[in-house]
Amino acid sequence: MTVDELTVEEEPRILYQPPELLADRSTSYCPGCGHGVVHRLVAEVLGELGLGPRTIAVAPVGCAVFAYDYLELDFVEAPHGRAPAVATGIRRVMPDAFVLTYQGDGDLAAIGTGEIVHAAARGERITAVFVNNGIYGMTGGQMAPTTLVGQKTTSCPTGRDPAFTGAPIPMTEMLAVLPGVAYAARGSVADASSIGKTKQYLRKACQVQLAGAGFAIVEVLSTCPVGWGLTPVESVERLRDVVAPVYPPGVIVDRTSATRGG
Amino acid sequence: MERSVIFAGFGGQGLLFAGQVLAQAAMEEGREVLWIPSYGPEMRGGTAYCTVIVSEEPVGSPVVERPDVAVVLNPPAHAKFASMVVPNGVLVTNATLVDERVTREDLSEIALPLSELAAAAGDARLVSVVALGVVAARTGIVLASSVHRALVDIVGRKRPAILEMDVTAFDAGIRAAGGRPIAEIVREETQAVAAAEREATPAGHEL
Amino acid sequence: MTVVADKPTEAPLARRTRILRKGNEAIAEAAVRAGCDAYFGYPITPQAELLEWMARRMPEEGRVFLQAESELAAINMALGAAACGKRVLVSSSSPGMSLMAEAMSYMAGSEVPLVVVNVMRGGPGLGSIGPSQGDYFQATKGHGHGDYRLPVFAPSSIGEAMDLVATSFEVAEKYRTPVILLADGILGQAMEPVEEVYRMPPRQDFDWALGGADGRPPRVVKSLHLKPEALEAHNRHLRAKEAAIRDAETRWAGERLEDADLVIVAYGTAARVARTAIALARESGMRVGLFRPISLWPYPDVALRALAAQARGFLVVEMSAGQMLEDVRLALEGARPIAFHGRTGGMVPTPGETVAALHRLDRRTGGSGR
Repeated sequence: MTVDELTVEEEPRILYQPPELLADRSTSYCPGCGHGVVHRLVAEVLGELGLGPRTIAVAPVGCAVFAYDYLELDFVEAPHGRAPAVATGIRRVMPDAFVLTYQGDGDLAAIGTGEIVHAAARGERITAVFVNNGIYGMTGGQMAPTTLVGQKTTSCPTGRDPAFTGAPIPMTEMLAVLPGVAYAARGSVADASSIGKTKQYLRKACQVQLAGAGFAIVEVLSTCPVGWGLTPVESVERLRDVVAPVYPPGVIVDRTSATRGG
Repeated sequence: MERSVIFAGFGGQGLLFAGQVLAQAAMEEGREVLWIPSYGPEMRGGTAYCTVIVSEEPVGSPVVERPDVAVVLNPPAHAKFASMVVPNGVLVTNATLVDERVTREDLSEIALPLSELAAAAGDARLVSVVALGVVAARTGIVLASSVHRALVDIVGRKRPAILEMDVTAFDAGIRAAGGRPIAEIVREETQAVAAAEREATPAGHEL
Repeated sequence: MTVVADKPTEAPLARRTRILRKGNEAIAEAAVRAGCDAYFGYPITPQAELLEWMARRMPEEGRVFLQAESELAAINMALGAAACGKRVLVSSSSPGMSLMAEAMSYMAGSEVPLVVVNVMRGGPGLGSIGPSQGDYFQATKGHGHGDYRLPVFAPSSIGEAMDLVATSFEVAEKYRTPVILLADGILGQAMEPVEEVYRMPPRQDFDWALGGADGRPPRVVKSLHLKPEALEAHNRHLRAKEAAIRDAETRWAGERLEDADLVIVAYGTAARVARTAIALARESGMRVGLFRPISLWPYPDVALRALAAQARGFLVVEMSAGQMLEDVRLALEGARPIAFHGRTGGMVPTPGETVAALHRLDRRTGGSGR
């Protein structure tokens, strides 16, 4: 090796770079919580599609209300469950904006059921990110509409009894039957492969909006170690082995292609 | 002076429309007016009414305790409003549908077969417009020519065929109440208004 | 600015170009002409014609009309559109307003300008569809949860309602606050001659409006301040804003007050009843005037208090069981006797009843007892 060879300047090979749209600060999320992963996926996808400067995002009520602290986007904070209505208002007056909602399962599947159904039915050009961890995290781990049968929470301490509180609501499948829904998929943060697929779903859900095809939703199965009473590792195992079989990941509907029903 | 007219009957008898025409006529005379409908589910086939208040001053209360004129087109309306009309007021009764007559002597009840007259004019639903003719001929609240002009303004330009029916019905009401044909009235009143305006215009300012 | 008009706001009209227009439709058209960018609503009697007018007119103007699935959704759609700096109108009637309470609080907290029309009907509950002023407390004392006040303007004629629509947008945008235009079933349903005079408030360039963080730091429109110190600071800011509104936007009108020793306090449709009652009472020799608040918050309490120097007694007339009455009591601080006459449920006080109440007040306050 000659001296000359040693002084040759090479372009550094980028092995890791945080997405520009992800703020450089630690989150308030608990260890093992899936929100951080989903935030990052959103930041990556929006960044890769160059959508940051034209995105108006709607934050929910729940743990992810702080999304506006971690994503470098214009944000409006919606009342609990109302994000799809707030997004509709934005959509209608800002035709060139990219409109994103981010909701948890209490927000979207309980208190905000009416708003999500009608936004989807109208085929609003909105990309909805629906983080489903089967529990109310922020308020201390109460039962959500998506809580699994038998799952113990602080408000169903002996386990969810469907005879008493009904069965878990498969929200995304319900929404997928609406003709206004151009794309609906379910991903998960259980492992690297699932996270990769989830990113593909999110990217597609954004492209659907850009193409003006209609409403797009990506449900992301996520973890709540504190609410579930498990370690982060156990949470991921439960997500993969117990939750995912009840809410199977995959494309649920894609009306943008000839194939229907995924 | 403030004067009020209530039109009452079934929904579908054109009450709100007749009230609107009266209100428009009063406004075109440069007067103040307030038109208040009964609103809500009772409009679909039940008893409906509307009130028109005409005044030289801005209209105050929308609530009329005792109307000066009541046009009652069905029996429930007669039962409800006949006793409310002010002493020396006017009650216009649709004799086609209402058999009752008032016993009050301090009231001028004009009972005419309004529905029949409307049917003869082309459509029984014009009954309120016929009644408007009676009101114009017998109460002096507005000039008949103003009502005619209001009909032209509200109905006329868009739907000339319907205007013709409305004017026919209005004319039938005036004549049934003892007035002269609307065409004559319009001619005379128009000339009178023009003369009054000439008089009111200061010399040298005429264009 | 405190607006004092010692005459009816509707000047006697000669032969001007006027049109006959229904209150709901006049309010809607005034909003269109004021540059309203978007309207969201849900059908409810007695304001449905407002929504219907917008359904036709907004698309004609290339603007946004959307019928929402509920009042809840309508007001939140409005929140989203208004957060983008657009001029937004929402309308409803009493039960719908209750559903909107949540978002009203959020918008007050996140300082989103918006105009909300409430064409009040009888309550509580599903109540009746008749005219009412039963939502005075709701409109003026907070509406949703938390510490906030919103400007509330109450027209008493259709022409005044049209003018107050433009005023409401101005005040909403100037102070970044929702504004309530409080009408009732009669003002919504009645027709009156109006002049087609419209005002379009000038557009402002808002440094808070959302539109995408393009070449600038991201903006957040929010009401959450988890740290108590931060929320208290935010609330202090809101208080300061409310004080500024109180100073500049208090509005009222007086009629026949010059020689009045009895004063009726009434707003909206009740003020019209009072005007007729005053004319009748004056025929019998009583000296009665009308104090008509136009801004219900901020309440014109200073001006009302000043009248205690000349008046023996005050009669509050409302289409409620006595709501504004409490603000009159607060304003007068016990200085003079206060009587009340109210009807509820869709019933409207009559001039005759009001005159009778005046006579009782006259006797009670040492008048001649006519």
